Amino acid sequence: MTAPKQNQGEGWTLRLSGIAMLVAGMVALGGCITVNAPEEPIVIELNVNIRQEVIYRLAEDAGNTIDQNADIF
Amino acid sequence: MNRSIRHTRSGVRNAAFALAAGATLLGGIAVPAMAQRDPAYASARSSGQIGEKMDGYLGIVGAETPALRRIVNDINIKRRAVYSEKAQSANATLEEYAFAAGCQAILKTEPGEKYQAPNGSWQTRGSGAPARDSRCP
Repeated sequence: MTAPKQNQGEGWTLRLSGIAMLVAGMVALGGCITVNAPEEPIVIELNVNIRQEVIYRLAEDAGNTIDQNADIF
Repeated sequence: MNRSIRHTRSGVRNAAFALAAGATLLGGIAVPAMAQRDPAYASARSSGQIGEKMDGYLGIVGAETPALRRIVNDINIKRRAVYSEKAQSANATLEEYAFAAGCQAILKTEPGEKYQAPNGSWQTRGSGAPARDSRCP
């Protein structure tokens, strides 16, 4: 009669650990699902952009320089 | 009392100065630049022997002659000196400033004059807009 009781206790412990593992698995699974995949990387061609920006900035100044030095333009 | 008079006087003086500065500015825009092109350069340019390059300097379009080379070198050295000074005050590199000036110089070419297209070829300016680098404003 004592043996089944012991078995019952062991079964309870196993069940508990099984539930714990299930919960842990669910939590882990939940975490996996909520993590978003990274979006497409944004490539910025700094070399080209900065240069064009500089040319635009200098346009008026350069135009004035040409007008002020008409003998060499 | 005295202070207010001084204030008014300085105001009048400031206004007069602003007016004079404005007149100078207008005069500078209205009156074409005093210095003109050297006749040899002007004729070589209008005949298409010399053209405007994308980099802001002059180039020889056809067959090179010592006379053409002398004109082109002389002007390009002077241009470089101007670009260098202006680039420094504009906080840009010499190449950037020269390129920006090239964009404007090509835009200012007159029909019949030569200019360098983005593919490097020499083109004759027509009545329409010149073909310029995509970075030109």
